[in-house]
Amino acid sequence: MIFDLLLVAALLWSAVQTLTTPDLFRAVVQFIVFGLLMALAWARLDAPDIALAEAAIGAGLTGALLLDAVAHLHKKRREQSP
Amino acid sequence: MRTLLNVTVLFLASALGLVLGWLILDLPVAAVHLPEQVTALLEMSGVVHPVTAVLLNFRGYDTLLEIAVLLLALLGILALPRHVSDHQHRSPSANPVLQTLTRVLAPLMLLVAGYVLWAGAHRPGGAFQAGAVLAGAGVLLHLAGLLPAWATPGRTLRAGLAVGLLVFIAVAVALMAQGTLLQYPLGWAGALILMIEASLTLSLGLILAGFYLVLTDSRTRV
Repeated sequence: MIFDLLLVAALLWSAVQTLTTPDLFRAVVQFIVFGLLMALAWARLDAPDIALAEAAIGAGLTGALLLDAVAHLHKKRREQSP
Repeated sequence: MRTLLNVTVLFLASALGLVLGWLILDLPVAAVHLPEQVTALLEMSGVVHPVTAVLLNFRGYDTLLEIAVLLLALLGILALPRHVSDHQHRSPSANPVLQTLTRVLAPLMLLVAGYVLWAGAHRPGGAFQAGAVLAGAGVLLHLAGLLPAWATPGRTLRAGLAVGLLVFIAVAVALMAQGTLLQYPLGWAGALILMIEASLTLSLGLILAGFYLVLTDSRTRV
């Protein structure tokens, strides 16, 4: 019970952090954290299939893609303002 | 002005949230009890795990459309006008520690993908999860500098991307003769599902890895 409450609090906190932080890199890292916590929540809800998919696709692959996109944006910005 | 707008948006969003929550609480109880139906028919499905039975047998066309959508998304990415770098694209890191670790990890990830695929028949697992692990191995290999990005996929790669959907459609067409879409004959269901899932895993792994490996090569050059 305590674990579930902590999990819900952490989920909400990481979601708010993802949406409100001005730094894109931080937002992506928070998004990955959110995905991993979400996978835990699915596992707690007895849905291990969705937990697996969420951890692998939601947190892993999407996170890698978003990090790549952020790196591209930074590079572009640096090239535009020398 | 700005604050007024923010407050309005906040108000509308919370109103929408409250209404949605209230509506969900107000929904009538479902008339058909699906879990019981699935359990009752599980023996006919060819697999023991209910989730795989639903995904690959009872509602197989959902999965068929899912793989079609993913393939379509990758085709869309490939169709975008891209600036493929003319010099051999170097991966961001050529760290020897990372490379050695990746060389050890990649075969293990392949093994895990195979296990997750096989486990799908009787416990949580299946094609999508196995494909995601394969894709993860691909991305890791690229990041370690061992796998070049896909500038233009060759013939073999294209065949691998399409094989999942093609096998699925071939099975569906072959079974059309008996009148129902994707209704596996009794006794054959397990083997057909394994065949479809194996090709789906390969295609999904390549497609999901492709999202990363194709996009990461298309650097806009100034």
